[in-house]
Amino acid sequence: MSIAPAEHEAHPESRSEDYLWTLNFGPQHPATHTTLRLVLKLEGERVVDADPEMGYLHSGFEKIGEHLTFNQYVTVTDRMNYISPMANNVAWHHAVETLLGIELTPRGSYIRTIIAELARISDHLLCNGAVGLDTGAFTFFLYGFYQREVIYDIFETLCGARFTNSYTRVGGVSQDFTPLVIEKIRSFLKTFPKTLDDMERLLNRNRIFVDRTKGVGLLTKEEAINRGATGPVARASGVTRDLRRDEPYLAYADLDFQVCCASAGDCYARYLVRMQEMRESLKIVEQALENLPAGPVNVGIDQRTALPNKKQVYSTIEGTISHFELAMSNRGFEVPCEETYAAIEAPNGELGFYIVGDGNDQAYRARCRPPSVLHFAMFPHLIRGHTLSDVVAVLGSLNIIAAELDR
Amino acid sequence: MSSPSDTLHESSPAPTEANPHREALEQAYGPLEYSVYRGQQRVVVPAEKSFDVLALLKQRGFDLLVDVSCVDYLEYRGATDRYGLIYLLASTTSNERLTVRAFVNDPEPAIASVVPLWKAANWLEREVWDMFGIHFTGHPDLRRLVMPEAFTAHPLRKDYPLQGRGERHNFPVITRDHS
Repeated sequence: MSIAPAEHEAHPESRSEDYLWTLNFGPQHPATHTTLRLVLKLEGERVVDADPEMGYLHSGFEKIGEHLTFNQYVTVTDRMNYISPMANNVAWHHAVETLLGIELTPRGSYIRTIIAELARISDHLLCNGAVGLDTGAFTFFLYGFYQREVIYDIFETLCGARFTNSYTRVGGVSQDFTPLVIEKIRSFLKTFPKTLDDMERLLNRNRIFVDRTKGVGLLTKEEAINRGATGPVARASGVTRDLRRDEPYLAYADLDFQVCCASAGDCYARYLVRMQEMRESLKIVEQALENLPAGPVNVGIDQRTALPNKKQVYSTIEGTISHFELAMSNRGFEVPCEETYAAIEAPNGELGFYIVGDGNDQAYRARCRPPSVLHFAMFPHLIRGHTLSDVVAVLGSLNIIAAELDR
Repeated sequence: MSSPSDTLHESSPAPTEANPHREALEQAYGPLEYSVYRGQQRVVVPAEKSFDVLALLKQRGFDLLVDVSCVDYLEYRGATDRYGLIYLLASTTSNERLTVRAFVNDPEPAIASVVPLWKAANWLEREVWDMFGIHFTGHPDLRRLVMPEAFTAHPLRKDYPLQGRGERHNFPVITRDHS
């Protein structure tokens, strides 16, 4: 590389050089996949510097979080990461339950584990599919998209919505698994490995794809930690951190899976880590589904957080009172005047919520820790010195979701 | 009816239990407000010492800066300070977590930037500046991150209304004749 990496993202000296060509990439461009903007400084075809800009999709999610109740806000988390909305639902209510001190029922936590892993598969299919699409592998993308559709179908059977699921509730989930859902997940578990094999055969040793991604967008382990990378981006650089293993939440402590890591830290390593994580997710889903505990899916009436079911409301006095109190605006949850942070291993990194409670059933502050922001911030570091055609490969491999980026 | 707080994290260490990080911090900076809630360790440090404390904690193994954020305590019952900065630290080797909080106040809320320690802080601090108007001294590139450059308010402050102050409706429209 002829260009030395600079200390900070902003370099005044490269801005003043007038022979550089400035290229505006985005905010609307098919290869950004979302609404974000890059101002690239080019010398010929080589990228000297990049200035990422965000904010085009800013909708004040954190401000809205201070005005919606804990159950209402889950609809906003769907829109935050629309590639894997189920994982965001789980993240939000995991954080709320940490603040309120609610422990899920075994069945509830297993169900959440299953849907979070299905969300991870659907996210990785899209992310890797988009990397393939941007580097010229259209078939690969369609293979991935077909399987995403199968997962959407499972979610639709489960909760009635394909895309913006809003599935979780404080203390549980909105719908229990039905035999049909379990059957659909089982048939997905049977058919998906074959597609995964096909997808790996399509790209893993594909000359064009490997040339486009290997050695591109290098991120060393030290840089990954220093720049706050999490999730597959960090694991592809050799950071062996996975919250599912390191801080087991939900049912992950009971399940057997591997943490997928690579040491190369380039786009190809990130692709491989995601492919392998899908296999691990399948393993997790299979184990959780076959060992799905019986019993109630939501926490009990005495905890007064999840709505009781119809039978409880109509036939027990506790159910009636609990339902009545939860529906009244001045009753509801007992929220401590405290602050907690709880994170899950979302498909694209550590997704956490820092919630400040002030006694109301709305958060006083609902800070979202978005992995996309930190990954997008390291983009200039990754692209400096590469060519213009590598921009899409690097951008795709970081898995940036603009709605989560801007919130 | 059982209170929700006694169902979870009963095994969390009591605040009085010995903690090597706490001891090291208190040796260097005197007694600090240290608390544990739901198993999460929190420490409050004076704003002027925040950089040194975070540098010490980074040396002690908290190599990952998870988040920099802020809370506006304007309407919070019993709060004495206006803004609470939150630094969420984690260790990639020992998997410990620590929340460091520092309070700053009007009229000119400012705190030292931690970009020299973690490059991850760059955009996170820009976002806090954008949303809360807290100045990070020593930040290399303190511009607005999310809101447009011409925006004057800091929207996540509690005295900023949910529906805005009409910025959306009074947005200057460039017509074809005047472009």
